[in-house]
Amino acid sequence: MPPSAPILKLDEVRKTYRMGPVTVEALRGLSLEVEAGEYVSIMGPSGCGKSTLLNLLGCLDRPSSGRYLLGGEDISNLEDDALSLVRSQRLGFIFQSYNLIQQLTVVENIEVPLYYQGVSEEESRAKAERIASMVGLEHRLEHKPFELSGGQQQRVAIARALVNDPLLILADEPTGNLDSSSGEEILRMFDRLHAEGRTLVLVTHDPGVSQRGGRTIRLRDGRVESDLRHPKSGSTPGGSP
Amino acid sequence: MRFGMRLSRLRRTVRLGVKSLWLHRLRSLLTALGIVFGVCSVIAMLAIGEGASFEAQEQIKNLGSQNIILRSIKPPEQQKVSDRGSQSFALQYGLGYADLRRIRETIPGVTLVLPARVMREYVWNISRRIDTEIVGTVSWYPEMRNHHVAEGRFFTEAEMESRANVCVIGREMIPGLFPLESPLGRHVRVGSDYYQVIGVMEPRGEPIAPEGGSQARKPSQNRMYIPLETAKTRYGELLVKRRSGSIEAERVQLHELTIQVASLERVRPVSEAIQALLEQSHKKKDYEVVVPLELLKRAERTKQIFSIVLGSIAAISLLVGGIGIMNIMLASVTERTREIGIRRALGARRRDIILQFLTETVMLSGAGGILGVLGGVLIPFLVSRFAGMKTIIVFWSPVLAFTISALVGVIFGLYPAMRAARMDPVEALRHE
Repeated sequence: MPPSAPILKLDEVRKTYRMGPVTVEALRGLSLEVEAGEYVSIMGPSGCGKSTLLNLLGCLDRPSSGRYLLGGEDISNLEDDALSLVRSQRLGFIFQSYNLIQQLTVVENIEVPLYYQGVSEEESRAKAERIASMVGLEHRLEHKPFELSGGQQQRVAIARALVNDPLLILADEPTGNLDSSSGEEILRMFDRLHAEGRTLVLVTHDPGVSQRGGRTIRLRDGRVESDLRHPKSGSTPGGSP
Repeated sequence: MRFGMRLSRLRRTVRLGVKSLWLHRLRSLLTALGIVFGVCSVIAMLAIGEGASFEAQEQIKNLGSQNIILRSIKPPEQQKVSDRGSQSFALQYGLGYADLRRIRETIPGVTLVLPARVMREYVWNISRRIDTEIVGTVSWYPEMRNHHVAEGRFFTEAEMESRANVCVIGREMIPGLFPLESPLGRHVRVGSDYYQVIGVMEPRGEPIAPEGGSQARKPSQNRMYIPLETAKTRYGELLVKRRSGSIEAERVQLHELTIQVASLERVRPVSEAIQALLEQSHKKKDYEVVVPLELLKRAERTKQIFSIVLGSIAAISLLVGGIGIMNIMLASVTERTREIGIRRALGARRRDIILQFLTETVMLSGAGGILGVLGGVLIPFLVSRFAGMKTIIVFWSPVLAFTISALVGVIFGLYPAMRAARMDPVEALRHE
């Protein structure tokens, strides 16, 4: 990828929902660019369109109008199957409630995105085990999610988000369900990912969390209210331009 | 390469399905039970029905499909009383030599006629005795009735002419009469006459009970065959039964006439001609006509109806089983909405979700089918073992039953799977 091209570019994106007779405008012409290696926090009061934005960024939903370019490719009008492929190849999801599949073991959970990419069994198992040891879960591979603590479960989710080597990692309140020490552990892991040059977009309520990234975007009423870059480059050695 | 990849993918989908089903073992088992019973009952009932109709058809075939059998039957009781005054004290009825001659001479298409007289007597070997039906008949009996000699030989025409005292006994008589030694060449006694045993007949199934409710004689299993001429000389035509002080006598010339027809197509016209002829010459209905071919056709029709009824029962039970499966799968899809959302978010296409749920349903119904086939094979085995009924499992019945059960899985699994696939991933992820 040419370093000049943004990893993510939203251009005048609108999203309207029809709820019976009422039409709700969740996003009203939102434009946004994220460069490779950036660590972006999205903040805003509830109802500001954070979730809608995240769903759009995650290719779980399509904009009503406007364009969405991911890695330079316009994906705002792709078919359902093509969107699935984009999700499995280019995106990593981390949710507030971990969203692990309960009947699968840790390593199987990590493998899920590779399974839908059609990666062979041996290869995907090797990769999943490598990533699991990166997040410190090498001794928990055959455990079921309910046997793990919240922090451990979120680490499984992070491993799952990393296993397909995504262009973009999306996190929705990743520390929302965790106590402060496990939350801190997760945030340190994000710092590490940022340091490794990965691109992170994180939705949060917590200003403390948003301070750790290099950029904070505030939303209000479906538009960008403010877009701040903090010069806190201590945690981004050789990262963003 | 591509095929190999798809295969490994299918294997993983199946493993995933097993895992999900295993998570709810009891539920899966109960769900599959409908299919199990459906398949099981189809195979078992089919096997039992097939066995029963096979036996009936075998018995009919033993009579010979080109044969027409005429039997003498005792006319109803009240006629006997009125006849007593006008005739001698002996009741005279049944088929006679005149009938035999007339049939042979006037009806075209008749190739062979086999007369038989049947007398019930005790047969003795020194101090052992057996209640036996002694059949006086002719030398072509074995091939015409498709009932063959197992050991020794049947009597010849020369022996018939010379009224030889020879006999062929049924194998079923051997244990009672000759438990230790071979019967061939030995003599048996009937009344005051001795007969040399020259052959042993193969055993055969229970003879077909005469139709029309004639209770004249319960057929005895034991049968001994002697030349017709010998029977005529030794016993005459008068059969005397002594019964608790009273004497009853019957005069019957021939008990049974078997008529062979040139070809299968002529069986029906010849049997009609014979009936017309007998109706003219007999005042009373003291005979019956048995046409094995007609019986065979009727048996086949019965079997067909049976198959249709069975098929409907099978269809209904599999339908019920399928609905049960669909019900559970719909519940399962709702229950696993979150999982579906997660999978979709991580890159599952709609068809991946369809495949996942369809695989589960087909495995459920397929496993039910396999259990059903096992049960369906086991039950007929137990039935023939303990109830003594003949059962035949036709090779296609388990195959068909299993295929249908798998198909039920596909049909009834498709809707829940599509419902799962149609879910909006955003909504599904939000589902609690």
